[in-house]
Amino acid sequence: MKNKITYSIFTLFILLFLCSSFFQENPFFKITSKDVELKIPIGFPKPKYTFKKNTLTPEVFSLGRKLFYDNLLSKDNTVSCGTCHQRIAAFAHIDHKLSHGIYAKIGTRNVPALQNLIWKDTYMWDGGVNNLEVQPINPITSPIEMDETLANIILKLKSNKDYVALFKNAYKDTVINSERILKALTQFTGLMISSNSRYDKYLNGKDTFSVAEKNGLKLFRAKCSNCHKEPLFTDNSYRNNGIKIDTTLKDIGRGKITGIEKDNQLFKVPTLRNIEMTYPYMHDGRFKKLKDVINHYSNSANYFKGVDSSLFKIGNLSEQEKKDIHSFLLTLTDKTFLYDRRFADPNMVQ
Amino acid sequence: MAILGVAMSFSNRSQNYDSENSHVTISFNHFVGNDKLKLDSIIYKNDLGQSFTIENFKYYISNIHLKNTNGKDFNLNETFFINEDEETTKQINLKTIPKGEYTSIEFIIGVDSIHNCSGAQSGALDPVNAMFWAWNTGYIFLKLEGKAPASKSPGHVFEFHIGGYKQPNNCIRKVKLEFKNKLIVNDILKNQKINIKVDGLEILKKPTSINFEKLSSVVDHNNATMIADNYSDMFTIID
Repeated sequence: MKNKITYSIFTLFILLFLCSSFFQENPFFKITSKDVELKIPIGFPKPKYTFKKNTLTPEVFSLGRKLFYDNLLSKDNTVSCGTCHQRIAAFAHIDHKLSHGIYAKIGTRNVPALQNLIWKDTYMWDGGVNNLEVQPINPITSPIEMDETLANIILKLKSNKDYVALFKNAYKDTVINSERILKALTQFTGLMISSNSRYDKYLNGKDTFSVAEKNGLKLFRAKCSNCHKEPLFTDNSYRNNGIKIDTTLKDIGRGKITGIEKDNQLFKVPTLRNIEMTYPYMHDGRFKKLKDVINHYSNSANYFKGVDSSLFKIGNLSEQEKKDIHSFLLTLTDKTFLYDRRFADPNMVQ
Repeated sequence: MAILGVAMSFSNRSQNYDSENSHVTISFNHFVGNDKLKLDSIIYKNDLGQSFTIENFKYYISNIHLKNTNGKDFNLNETFFINEDEETTKQINLKTIPKGEYTSIEFIIGVDSIHNCSGAQSGALDPVNAMFWAWNTGYIFLKLEGKAPASKSPGHVFEFHIGGYKQPNNCIRKVKLEFKNKLIVNDILKNQKINIKVDGLEILKKPTSINFEKLSSVVDHNNATMIADNYSDMFTIID
């Protein structure tokens, strides 16, 4: 009798344990308040986007993550933000010159990586977007990317009981509006911070560089850092990098935003962090390999008219110098960031 | 110090109590010239004699300022979305108006630069109102859409989407309207009304007469400030 009771209690515990582990969130995807702490890396400036009016919480961040990876953000439920912003590529689109969006339509620009976004003052290659929160409206409403409206996304979310619960959990009431959707996405993308590459470790005395990498850094600082300013590897300016305009795309870049002719053909200087992973390169993805980019810059005979004058400082580089710069650029790969579990797709089967 | 604090809080409360009961309603009455605006139906004429109908007329006004002779001006840093197609949006109810005699009302047509850069917002500034440009962040301050046989756009439509808060394409325009008779707010006159005529025809004339044949689409900075200069005088006080 006593044995029977013990046995029953034991079985009950086993069952309870199984049930609880079944319903419990996979710890790989669990976001805690520690996960959403904003830590400014050593040597980084003050961020431009501060989360002041968008308080970071695990609930809102998790909601933003789910939205980022959800196809329902597109008109026919086939494309998510994560379709073109891939985690393994620092959220660029690996091996895609121009991205393809909904209905297999081809875009007009190379997908930029998503990292260290809160240090940027404007977004997009032409800097047309002035606040990180309103950036997602562009791909969402673009007829060649997701072709959806904010109003329709709100309808879809309101009729989805998982989302109704998630919004309630995140915001303590049942209101679902564009402001909340956009702010949740901003928490997710705003915390994508890359600051733990070998370069960072080297600067902090936690790693060593080879002779080639050291020489590459020296050359980089002398020839490239005017525009690709450390530690963010961009000065956030717009420049003409001397590549010939593509006559099929006819993309005038910054000029379209300002309406000022001298801004034609200027594009935002991109960061070089994780550059190894974000191929192909340039605003239209015309260069397949990093060495193609280095080759372009290292010979002024390649420059087209209107090129930024600072490029002439680079001068002709020897093959060894090119190799060294290449070696240095590979030290900007940040595996901590690329494999950060917080940014993984929660729908993925583990 | 404690006594002073009590006295101050008391006086604040009594003042708030008075003003909470004082309302001023601003009513926006849409016209085309001397005719009342009716969407999609009435055929109007611009000052070049070209016919047109109006399908949409929407705009933002912000930062209302009422000038009080006693110096206690009323200021409201808020944006209102006014849409011909939604009756309730054409009345703005201002609360807690300090007592006094008001001589003029000022506001801006559009959205100030701070609110153009403030990220995701709700209410009047929610992008779902379709008064927002995503690709070149900023609010569309005014939309006037319709049909004109002279227009060479497909379907003979015309579309004026005017916005822009940065120089040289700044389309924010300041409006100052003097009251002919002072607007008095006191214990007896607690519910006052300001009637404003909004003349859509002004968008198409003075300083520049719009020829639909030559210009039927303004949807970015091109020609935008020209239209903004036109709409800057579309508001007048109705007695």
